[in-house]
Amino acid sequence: MTPQFLADGLIAGAMIGLGAIGVTLNYSILRFANFAHGEFISFGAYATLLIAAAIGAAFAGSAEAIGPFSFGWGIAAAGLGAMTLTGALALALDFLLFARLRQKGAAITTVMASFGASMALRALLEFAFTSRPVYFSRDLQIAMPIGFGMRVTADQIALLALTALLLAGVQALLTRTQAGRAMRAVAENPTLARVAGVDVDGVIRAVWLIGGALACASGIMLGLIVQIRPFMGFDLLLPLFAAAILGGIGSVPGAIAGALIVGVGEAAAVQIVGAEWRAAVAFLLLIGVLLVKPTGLFGRAD
Amino acid sequence: MSDAARRALEVDSLVAGYEPGLPIVNGVSIGADAGEIVAILGPNGAGKSTLIKAVAGLVPISAGAVRLAGAEITRLPAHTMVRRGLAFTPQTENVFASMTVADNLRLASGIVTAPLRVGRIEAMYAFFPDLARQRALLAGRLSGGQRQMLAIARALIGEPRVLMLDEPSAGLSPKLVETVFARLTEIRQSGVAIVLVEQNARAALRIANRAYILVEGRNRREGSARDLADDPDVAGLYLGGLRAAPMRQAAS
Repeated sequence: MTPQFLADGLIAGAMIGLGAIGVTLNYSILRFANFAHGEFISFGAYATLLIAAAIGAAFAGSAEAIGPFSFGWGIAAAGLGAMTLTGALALALDFLLFARLRQKGAAITTVMASFGASMALRALLEFAFTSRPVYFSRDLQIAMPIGFGMRVTADQIALLALTALLLAGVQALLTRTQAGRAMRAVAENPTLARVAGVDVDGVIRAVWLIGGALACASGIMLGLIVQIRPFMGFDLLLPLFAAAILGGIGSVPGAIAGALIVGVGEAAAVQIVGAEWRAAVAFLLLIGVLLVKPTGLFGRAD
Repeated sequence: MSDAARRALEVDSLVAGYEPGLPIVNGVSIGADAGEIVAILGPNGAGKSTLIKAVAGLVPISAGAVRLAGAEITRLPAHTMVRRGLAFTPQTENVFASMTVADNLRLASGIVTAPLRVGRIEAMYAFFPDLARQRALLAGRLSGGQRQMLAIARALIGEPRVLMLDEPSAGLSPKLVETVFARLTEIRQSGVAIVLVEQNARAALRIANRAYILVEGRNRREGSARDLADDPDVAGLYLGGLRAAPMRQAAS
């Protein structure tokens, strides 16, 4: 066993964490498990690919790699646009589907509807892009040694830094701003939040936007490091939920901690017992933590 | 002050309930003037809580009107009520238990413009010194009395014209009820109209100027708090044994 699993696990954990934040916010504020969250990840990656292609057609040189990275400014700019688009997709899905079901107050129906939305979106992506994987770049990146026998690529370092920045931003938003306090208020008690002057519909829109944008970031990361496929998000769905539940529903630091544990646990499992057991290890960890602390690592008993 | 200007809250023939066609409040009219405490009394199931929840925008209204200082506010979204000057504190879960005292007040201060927020919060700390000492504590860890104070402070932060409270005495010891009610009489002096829904009729009539008695979703009696407290029929029939030993009305 080499320490490389730590580096690999950290990077996987960052991708899972970006997606798990949306799942955990969704669950705590809208009170349902959104199974279509994985498709936000896939949609975000394809949207980035398309916008980058458009930018590449308009501006020669936008696809040229910056420094040691595999991507050019075209993909960086496309990523910002795609994050907005994915947020908009999440909002549209809520408007067309979830908001109507929410008014009827049937949580289980909403969960099932999200499962349907997941299949529909995935099928649309497959229809539009086929199930053959595509790549942001065909260039091979050389992993640099960073000590202790671990190697990482420049892309991975940049993406880890970007993830840390996004996570710190979301955490600061939640804990230090009026919008964040409003979100926590709605998560705890929507009726009291309304009485206190919080526009609950506005909070719900913010949650979809943030969740969609972060899922897109996760998809871009997955696309740069691995590949882009219609199933990429769906395959990440179980680790996303494992991370959100492990960390304690509603807690952003919890989702990140849960994601790192799942990511590192899976990477270790690949080395110790073989790749086919990686999902099983994530769930053994989940079961273990929930037996000791049923509310998750950062969850509050209420 | 003219009558129209004194009348802070006017509820006119209100019909409201959770299910269409099943009104819990069936044509109730009440009013509250600036600087008075109005108690809403009656047996369990009379629709007292539903009445003020409907006024606050939390229960659908099918007929009737609600006017705040003369302006119609019937069916406005609940979150806009407090900005217009109508504040409401629910009976239970009336603070955000997972947030600190300070964050509870900061959240509530969101209804006033940013430069005013800190001043309003400090004014609440001055009025409720207990809260100032506990500002870093999670609201869920406050005692029952302190929770009620925080709920009232949260409601007052926008300097409302009308403050509606749903059973602020629930779960409090008689001594704490006295303390909370004493604060309400201080708040009344600042010109706020207070609408108090209470099971604890005895204590409510002691601080109220006027009272309405509801039965089965309709107005049954109204009058000055003193007259109603002295009326043997009222005490025996509707107030859960105001004069005799306290007894609980059967839940409907």
